[in-house]
Amino acid sequence: MIEKMTKNALGRMIPEKINGEKVIPFQGVGKYKPTGRRYAPKTKSVADFPADGNKIVESLKVALQKSGLKDGMTISTHHHFRNGDLIANMIFDIAHELGVKNLRWFPSASFPCHEHLIKYLDDGTISHIEGSMNGALGKYCSEGKMKKTAVLRSHGGRYQAVQDGEVKIDIAVLGAGCADSFGNANGLYGDSASGLLGFALADSQYADKVIVVTDNLVEFPCIPWQIQGNYVDYTVQIEKVGISEKIISGTTRITKSPDRLLVAEITAKFCDEVGIIRDGFSFQAGAGGTALSIGNYFAQIMREKNIKARFARGGSNKYLVNMLEEGLVDYILDGQTFDLEGVRSMAENSNHVWTSPFTSYNYHGKGNFAGMLDVVILGATEVDVNFNANVVTHSDGALLHGIGGWQNCLFSKCTILPIPLFRNRIPIIKDEVTTLVGPGELIDVIVTERGIAINPRRKDLLEKVKDSKLPIKTIEELKSEAEEICGIPEKPKLGEKIIAAIKWVDGTVIDVVREIKK
Amino acid sequence: MQKIAQSGNDGKSVKSDCSVKIMLKSTGGISINLKSKVKKYFGNSIVELCKKELKYFGIENAEVEIIDSAALDYVIMARIESAVKKLIKTKKEYLPEINVIGHKETKKNQLRRSRLYLPGNTPKLSINAGLHSADGIILDLEDSVAPTKKDEAKILVRNSLIKTNFYNSEKMVRINQLPAGLDDLDYIVPYNVNLILIPKCESAEQVLQVENKINAILEEKKMTSTIWLMPIIESALGVVNSFAIASASDKVVALAIGLEDYTADIGASRTNDGIESFFARSQIMNSAKAVGIQAIGSVFSDVNNPDELRKYVKDAKAMGFNGIGCIHPRQIAVIHDAFTPTEDEIIKAQKIVDAFEDAKSKGLGVVSIGSKMIDPPVVKRAEQTLLMSKI
Repeated sequence: MIEKMTKNALGRMIPEKINGEKVIPFQGVGKYKPTGRRYAPKTKSVADFPADGNKIVESLKVALQKSGLKDGMTISTHHHFRNGDLIANMIFDIAHELGVKNLRWFPSASFPCHEHLIKYLDDGTISHIEGSMNGALGKYCSEGKMKKTAVLRSHGGRYQAVQDGEVKIDIAVLGAGCADSFGNANGLYGDSASGLLGFALADSQYADKVIVVTDNLVEFPCIPWQIQGNYVDYTVQIEKVGISEKIISGTTRITKSPDRLLVAEITAKFCDEVGIIRDGFSFQAGAGGTALSIGNYFAQIMREKNIKARFARGGSNKYLVNMLEEGLVDYILDGQTFDLEGVRSMAENSNHVWTSPFTSYNYHGKGNFAGMLDVVILGATEVDVNFNANVVTHSDGALLHGIGGWQNCLFSKCTILPIPLFRNRIPIIKDEVTTLVGPGELIDVIVTERGIAINPRRKDLLEKVKDSKLPIKTIEELKSEAEEICGIPEKPKLGEKIIAAIKWVDGTVIDVVREIKK
Repeated sequence: MQKIAQSGNDGKSVKSDCSVKIMLKSTGGISINLKSKVKKYFGNSIVELCKKELKYFGIENAEVEIIDSAALDYVIMARIESAVKKLIKTKKEYLPEINVIGHKETKKNQLRRSRLYLPGNTPKLSINAGLHSADGIILDLEDSVAPTKKDEAKILVRNSLIKTNFYNSEKMVRINQLPAGLDDLDYIVPYNVNLILIPKCESAEQVLQVENKINAILEEKKMTSTIWLMPIIESALGVVNSFAIASASDKVVALAIGLEDYTADIGASRTNDGIESFFARSQIMNSAKAVGIQAIGSVFSDVNNPDELRKYVKDAKAMGFNGIGCIHPRQIAVIHDAFTPTEDEIIKAQKIVDAFEDAKSKGLGVVSIGSKMIDPPVVKRAEQTLLMSKI
């Protein structure tokens, strides 16, 4: 089938329809503005719910049946339990058992533990996934085996899509470390504690049916109610919602690689020299090894200068918690808790605040936190000479990562991508990225082990480093330096079939991903 | 005549390297079976490179298997050459294009606080080694290379010297113990090396053997490079002969001590406080300083113990040593920092130098601070301290 294609504002060819629905091509940052009103779920009456507030049903299967599970529905889940999630697999085991087909799975992210679901993609229980795609699912999708086209959204874009009614969720299943029979829930306590439940907020507000599943049922009230029971249809108690040791991310350790430490050190020095690290500043550094060590260097600089940050955006982890407890930051505005220290701190410390993609990232709202940050440190799989970046596919086009909060964070006052100049002989800076996920106009600085490139649009930053001893180079210089060492790579050939669409934060399509050739 | 040969490495933990197996045939031309992590990106260029190189060595019929874990071209070239040289006798060398950036000569008395050892046959460690600002980088052909891999290591180190940009680090090679080490020099001397480490050195004669061989190679290649020597003393006999070794040639810029072998030689075990090697360290340091060259301490090999490392460096510095060896880039900053004068030392040194300048401008023959006379060597040391503080 030949799709009709149009060129979007970044020159990417976009089909007019994806999965039979009309597509709005990316029009430029801040250009597309929706009209009309937000989506609203059906009105409900208390008369239809138990008078004593006890919404417990005996099993997830019963809850799904009572929610009217049927062919073609959209089922949403969340990644608070990360690679320890047991719920998504359970849901589709039940759907398979009941012979339900063509479900759209709408997770906030998928993890290697969801490889289990490939057989349901094969047998038609699941028609396609709209969410992050990596590991075995990414490979499956990249090889063109999924029946429909995948759709990848940022965390903020997911909230936007639900709020705008772009994705109508039939049944949302919310796993919670702690809940009461009314459906109030939080992620702070119990064996499956995950910190917060922010990724499920939109689903609780907008889904037709909402099921809360917990392995730690407490007597009403479950405080705090990160998820309000007033949105919840059914509560289910099961033995285990997550495998606790896998809920905690394995990535949250400061790198020991001397090359990555070097990149982290250069990044921190750059931030210091251009005046980002000053009293009352704000930052977001992710939970990868390099980003964590950048936070560590920030802490050193703050101690030396005797200053503190007003707030840090997490991904919280023990290093960020240490900074909060040492008094180096006033607040952690947390979007995702990466380790048990993060969970403990959130439960104990009122300055460690749980947030949601609504407050942090949603682009169709009246502002969000992401744009207020003085500096954001992000990763990328590729960058091009126009500073456009890719975070979802490898250079051969294979889906590797979800978008996460990455696109949303690009709106910070200074977005820095610390990356190696080459990985396994493959240069990271290209003439054109394989998949365009972030527009270059929002990406300010690329830091590599062999030099720093500043986006020519940021004349202010260039001015600030003009007498610096830091290795400032142009992005073209960095590119040719990598090619000098590695050689110039051939461009891998991709297939014709479009296997995934990449949404921008406003719901427009910024790029598509094609199948890889075996 | 052997028909099959292999060189290089493959396996799960191997990166930036490759294994090359060549089977000579009598007919059928060249067939290449390439398995590569980067086949999509560099598959064609690797096959082309291989064909060109085999042609250069006059091999017309062969089956080649390359298992590549993202090796750079100069590594693949070295591995092919090594395999070829196991099959045919040839004096030809297949050299990468000389890298124009990055080579410069070094000075006799330049800073040699840190020297980072890299195993000569492990290419992944050398690619980014120069980024970590070690004063010197040692490509090692001796103890870190397995006996069966010595020949291929020489070729790889040669290509690495040609191709890798080690930035501002002095490029050093540790050759094998003599006499084998003399043969290593053919692969090293013509290709941008700054300094040769002579391991297990026990006599002035050995230093001269190395120097003569270097001169012969340079003459044959019509080159005029300056190549410094750093003998490593690793035995009781070496310690006794250290002064003769230090003064054997004006190319000797430093004496280093290797304590693992030394303690084994004297029948002691190596301890943290080093009482068993105190005499040897003092002797080496003294012999070096008697000739006016640097004294370099042994390697500190506990990578995960920066505090112990700092103490080790401070002790070495206090004894008069000018540098130590290390095995991990993370050690470099600690070493440099520990060799950098403390604030107190700097203030004191500044006072002395100021007093000296003051006396000079007033035409006074005697320098003094308060009632204390300052001797010329004290001024010299203070100047040294200030110099070190500005790095």
